[in-house]
Amino acid sequence: MPDLLIELFSEEIPARMQARAREDLKRLMTEGLVQSGLTYASAGAFSTPRRLTLTVEGLTAHSPTTREERKGPRLDAPEKALEGFLRATGLTRDRLEARDDRKGQVWFATIEKPGRPAADIVAEVLDGVIRDFPWPKSMRWGTQSKTTGSLRWVRPLHAILCILTDEAGAEIVPLTVDGITAGNTTRGHRFMAPDAFTVTGFEDYASKLRRARVMLDPAEREAQIRSQAENLAFARGWQIVPDDALLTEVAGLVEWPVPLMGVIEERFLDLPPEVLQTSMKEHQKFFSARNPKTGRIEGFVTVANIDTADDGATILAGNQRVLAARLSDAAFFWENDLREAKAGMKAWAEGLKSVTFHNKLGSQADRIARIAALAREIAPLVGADPDQAERAARIAKLDLRSAMVGEFPELQGIMGRYYALEAGEPEAVADTARDHYSPLGPSDAVPTAPVSVAVALADKIDTLTGFWVIDEKPTGSKDPFALRRAALGVIRLLLEGKISLDLQSRFKSGLTNVFSDRASASELLYLDYYERDDDGQLLTVESWKEFIRSPSYEEVSEGRYDPHDRIILNPSECKQIISDHHIAWVEDVDTVEGYVVSEDKIIRLDDISWNLLSFLHDRLKVHLRDQGIRHDIIDAVLAQEGNDDLLQVVARATALNAMLATEDGRNLTQGLKRASNILAQAEEKDGVEYSFGADVKFADTDAERALFAALDTAEPAIGQAIATEDFPAAMSAIAGLRGPIDAFFEAVQVNSDNQILRRNRLNLLSRIRDAGRQIADFTRIEG
Amino acid sequence: MTSPNRPRSFQEVILRLQTYWARQGCVILQPYDMEVGAGTFHPATTLRALGRKSWAAAFVQPSRRPTDGRYGENPNRLQHYYQYQVIIKPSPPDLQDLYLGSLRAIGLDPMVHDVRFVEDDWESPTLGAWGLGWEVWCDGMEVSQFTYFQQVGGHDCRPVSGELTYGLERLAMYVLGVEHVMDMPFNDPDSPIALSYGDVFRQTEQEYSRWNFDQADTDTLFRHFKDAEAECARILGADRTDSAGRTIPMAHPAYDQAIKASHLFNLLDARGVISVTERQAYIGRVRALAKGCADLFLTTDAAGESA
Repeated sequence: MPDLLIELFSEEIPARMQARAREDLKRLMTEGLVQSGLTYASAGAFSTPRRLTLTVEGLTAHSPTTREERKGPRLDAPEKALEGFLRATGLTRDRLEARDDRKGQVWFATIEKPGRPAADIVAEVLDGVIRDFPWPKSMRWGTQSKTTGSLRWVRPLHAILCILTDEAGAEIVPLTVDGITAGNTTRGHRFMAPDAFTVTGFEDYASKLRRARVMLDPAEREAQIRSQAENLAFARGWQIVPDDALLTEVAGLVEWPVPLMGVIEERFLDLPPEVLQTSMKEHQKFFSARNPKTGRIEGFVTVANIDTADDGATILAGNQRVLAARLSDAAFFWENDLREAKAGMKAWAEGLKSVTFHNKLGSQADRIARIAALAREIAPLVGADPDQAERAARIAKLDLRSAMVGEFPELQGIMGRYYALEAGEPEAVADTARDHYSPLGPSDAVPTAPVSVAVALADKIDTLTGFWVIDEKPTGSKDPFALRRAALGVIRLLLEGKISLDLQSRFKSGLTNVFSDRASASELLYLDYYERDDDGQLLTVESWKEFIRSPSYEEVSEGRYDPHDRIILNPSECKQIISDHHIAWVEDVDTVEGYVVSEDKIIRLDDISWNLLSFLHDRLKVHLRDQGIRHDIIDAVLAQEGNDDLLQVVARATALNAMLATEDGRNLTQGLKRASNILAQAEEKDGVEYSFGADVKFADTDAERALFAALDTAEPAIGQAIATEDFPAAMSAIAGLRGPIDAFFEAVQVNSDNQILRRNRLNLLSRIRDAGRQIADFTRIEG
Repeated sequence: MTSPNRPRSFQEVILRLQTYWARQGCVILQPYDMEVGAGTFHPATTLRALGRKSWAAAFVQPSRRPTDGRYGENPNRLQHYYQYQVIIKPSPPDLQDLYLGSLRAIGLDPMVHDVRFVEDDWESPTLGAWGLGWEVWCDGMEVSQFTYFQQVGGHDCRPVSGELTYGLERLAMYVLGVEHVMDMPFNDPDSPIALSYGDVFRQTEQEYSRWNFDQADTDTLFRHFKDAEAECARILGADRTDSAGRTIPMAHPAYDQAIKASHLFNLLDARGVISVTERQAYIGRVRALAKGCADLFLTTDAAGESA
């Protein structure tokens, strides 16, 4: 059982690609080996900046010999038939065997395919893996890059080590890829041990590498960095600010980690801790060290890749110098920004007018104005003061214009809070700057302060409606504007904040804002009043225009009015028209003699709003499914009125879910579905809708009368419960119908020959259907 | 920095790099005589990275970045600075070692310092060029850009060139242990007339900062941009055969106009008269010129595509 060792030695592999590359190497090699008939006991993959390594233990030495038996012609068959069989099997006559068959004696051939030695298979599989390695970005290099088919690798590949080791010793796997011949040597640390050495197996390899100042296992490097950094910090009474992503990255930048601790100069300690941390991390990949006594970030740990004669003194001094230059820049930004903040941030507000948010959605200033209008509208619904919410929305994104956020975009909001406080804004407004972007991911907390919630919702709704208007919806895996995240943000804000919000109205407000911004922009094409004339024909472009704004007498008399001109409306005119008339929008309209010929370019506000709501419903389904609520239950609830109030949707779905977990609930559902089916069939057959008029005096049986009585009790109870949004109560009220419905179907034949009885019973069933419909569309429940 | 081998002045750093790369067999060129934003714009890099012919050159290139002007006050930001550029085609297998040798040559011993290759892919939208490589860190400071050119002017590089760019001021300040660029000794501090970087460049930094930010006449710049663009297009479209019947494509004169347009765009940008949306359009226009020049260069003997 030999062991396999592979090392692909290259110039520095980007840290962020190493983990994936290790996994890919392991997966592709082991899959390839197994497909070729080898088996193995275990495999492990490792990486450093300069090497990808795979060890496979307990590999079979050969792929197995395979045997195939084939039946040939009868012994008395013509010579030609036998010759054909020999050709097909590649055997000679003496290798055939005569066996008894039902109809006499028949030739049998046994074809043996010998197994192949592991070395051949490894060479073949590795060659393919190297040539087709799935690097996210790869390159060509050197003389060989003159030819079109030259090898691609993440950076120049220098050497391949590939050996099979068993009791007899190590054997080099014969393999040459694009001029690189596999061998049994590698090199140590670039500076501390650059010479080549021979290895005989994984143990030997790993221990010789360690002597040559290379720590092969990334997990070990991480552990080493973590513990040494913590020790260095502990010695000063400090704590390292944990940062796993940085730890992984740094471990991918060194073969021999040597953490060194430095102190931040006194003059920088007043910078906000987030600034220190971000600057050190982004620019220099330093860990931050916090002094628990002062709460400030006062030190850093940098991780060098070398042991030096001066114990890293030169390296630390150099890093300290670079840090000072970086932090001087940061301090310069901070001081300038504070000055601007103190002056009220007017220049930033002004500056955002010239910053494009999206070329079809106007500037950041336009966007902020829209968010402010929405926030004001939403405020009373979430318990916030409308003035304060609007103010907060206007302040929240001003830091986008600050020098600090220009340098470190990830500090957006965090700086906004500092600057808002400096500008004298109240805490609630300042906090909104920091919190309104949240939640950013599934694990990010949701803001709870009412003003922050109002602005966070307005921000996300504006983003969604805006991109829906310009038809930049997410498709497949593409979601460049993070609209799924925005939708999930809205869902979490509403559900976790227990906020009841009619999303359709908010979407329409958002859409109206976006529309009127666009309509007043210079690229305005046409506004369309969406109406058909008596023949169902769309009104001509001219007549809409006249509808929208009749030209003045002067314009006509002075010849300034040309019906083919675009009429540019001011924003308030647009807004008025849009909200009065459910206006729609026509872009790049094709007209022939004034008539619209391509209706598909007409976008209706309602259509967009519905489409957006269904997108939110889809996200909600995913969200609820993760919480164990079945998709058919959600569908049954979403088919109801009021499905744009997500809090209500979830309350209904949860109550329904609980009810369906009981036997009563399941039986009731069957009863409701049965009632619906019978009704639907009868209605289709008779061409009428049975919807009222069931009269107890035509009840023929006790079961029927009992159902009347049960409905008389249940209906008001359900109505009451729904009105107060007490869905569990609604569920128990309807659950009370289970017995009477079952008994009814047991005792009564609905489709009676007596038409009066039949109609009455159908109308009774419609009461059942209506009772169910108040809660959910039970026909969508599966099973 | 503790090394006894350490240079004593800015110019000594440059001279040692020149000597080192000359010894490695590079042609030591002089700076290109036009305003450029980076050494990459030198035709010895951009155009020579195209085609099959081998090439090895090193040179200092004065580079102008109008938006980086700080009136000579910032310790390490300048609107005019020097880049050192090395370009070798095809990229030699030991380019990393050659590069590390150049650091030793200017007194940075990798056994004392922490030298690292950190992922940084290079892209020049104006040149339609990109490559993979690293920024090289020395004790946490970026001292060079190291790139394997994959595409230039929209063409695959066959073969690939290796390109090294050193930011000379920053590198020299580190080697010499100077905190402010203007304090850096330009020539040997023991010279009879010792001159600092500030003695040479403080005045010009002030003057150009003012002109770049406040004074440059934007109408004139716009006009010059259009002129350069038109002239470039005209040259590219000219008959390849002259009146005497000789076939002489004029890739280099056309490329000069593309460089000019690129620098004029940088000046306009510094004056703040190009909006975010227009920016992309301007970059696209310069790229179209650069691409036309690359296409034409590939037809020349210097590219050796047919060889």
